[in-house]
Amino acid sequence: MGERAILIEFEPEISENTLEKVLFYKNKIEDHYFKVKVEVINTYNSLLVYYVYTIENVYDEVSALKGLFQGTKITKKSIVQLYDIPVCYDAEFGLDLKLISLEKNLSLDQIIRLHTQPIYTVYFIGFLPGFLYLGGLDKKLQISRKIQPRMEVQKGAVGIGENQTGIYPKSSPGGWQIIGNSPVPLFDKNRLPPCEISAGDKVKFYQVSKSEFLNISEEIKEGKFQFKKVDYEGGN
Amino acid sequence: MKAEIEVLQPGLFSTIQDPGRNGFLKYGVPMSGVMDLYAAQMANLILRNSPNSAVLEITQMGPKLKFSDPAKISICGALLSPKINNFKIGNNRVYKIEAGDELSFGKRQLGCRAYLAISGGFKTEKILKSRSWFEGITDNFKLNKNMKLPYESTNESKIETNASIKFTSEYLVTSEIGVFPGPEFYLLTEGEQEILRSRNFSIDKNNNRMAIQLQEIMGNTLKPIITGPVLPGSVQLTPSGKLIVLMRDCQTTGGYPRVMQLSETGMNKIAQKIMGDSVSFAFLESPHL
Repeated sequence: MGERAILIEFEPEISENTLEKVLFYKNKIEDHYFKVKVEVINTYNSLLVYYVYTIENVYDEVSALKGLFQGTKITKKSIVQLYDIPVCYDAEFGLDLKLISLEKNLSLDQIIRLHTQPIYTVYFIGFLPGFLYLGGLDKKLQISRKIQPRMEVQKGAVGIGENQTGIYPKSSPGGWQIIGNSPVPLFDKNRLPPCEISAGDKVKFYQVSKSEFLNISEEIKEGKFQFKKVDYEGGN
Repeated sequence: MKAEIEVLQPGLFSTIQDPGRNGFLKYGVPMSGVMDLYAAQMANLILRNSPNSAVLEITQMGPKLKFSDPAKISICGALLSPKINNFKIGNNRVYKIEAGDELSFGKRQLGCRAYLAISGGFKTEKILKSRSWFEGITDNFKLNKNMKLPYESTNESKIETNASIKFTSEYLVTSEIGVFPGPEFYLLTEGEQEILRSRNFSIDKNNNRMAIQLQEIMGNTLKPIITGPVLPGSVQLTPSGKLIVLMRDCQTTGGYPRVMQLSETGMNKIAQKIMGDSVSFAFLESPHL
């Protein structure tokens, strides 16, 4: 892709299997290039190797990359982090809960249960700094985006759009159906790295009350907040 | 005392930029950085600055700035009629600034973006290893009245001229933009490919540091793709059949087909175009392996 990047594409599907493959090769490429200035980013089924300086000989680079892909057995990264993320589903935040309840014929409790049950997979970060692309939303909660996107969705808003769910890391225009809000800092520009959670990690939501929500917000302000996380064995 | 530039008038739109923010794409942080890398690096080179020094990127209508301390400056890129204390100055030269001097800009003559470099570079805050302004990352994201821009004063009286540096401003005029076929180019029909190869397109009013939209509607038979990586210079074909050239502040991923990828010089050239300007695409060979 141009003079600074090589794009590697895998089969066009959104699946854990493809992600495993993508992340496996991502690690390999990062190890291989640890001395050279490159950035490797992944999406559902792509790897982009971005060279900070323009590529001198693209054929050499491509054959080096091809070499990395030869004769290696894909092994799962055995342990990733599972993050517990608090969400307040109060009506004050869950602007579209009623609409989903009517359209999907689900009670509020059912919606919350369906949303907090799964262990979601972080496929990658994109769209906005710190925006996690999560896979694993229950089919019963899948709902189309708003026809007229909101001009401003609040920071921390938790939303659903088609088969995806996620958290807005900052206020921005957005078309997802909003069901709650999470106070956790997904992106901190004054921290290195700025995101604690990365591609391949797992996420689970749990419900908090408004007062718990405010407590956590206070902790974050005072710099005392720490993510609740545990090691998670890759093999489901 | 700290040397500072005071912003007397902000002009249309100016930002501090360096070559960009590297290493944070995987967290969804746009690269940012100067739109016309060539002009910015020339401005630094003339001053013997490091190519990584931060410059002021000035769009179409320049600001009015007051210097607190002596400095050396240079301006490259668009011709925006710069003046020091009401004396006309030119691009691509080193000028000595005295304490209290004012730099202002007048009528736009050619191009879109000019680069003001200062000896030692601007010393504004560094966030995530770059001084490039971007809303949400840096506290400042556009030049405002009364803002102060720190720099290192220099009292060196001698101006060394780098006579050997030849700056070409021809690229400000040319409408031919070098491109490589994008990942989805070969999914286009031959007719659509031919449109990209042969037609002229014009710059839409929607053009900024994130993206430059082109006015013409070329149609679109492609389906959206699974969200994939995009880069500055990626040209997306939207469902409405319009082309969007992503620029330095673009998002890191996107779901529209990427039909072309601008060359490095192509990016510099299109960064100098304003609304209504015409561009055509010259395809460069790309190894599609």
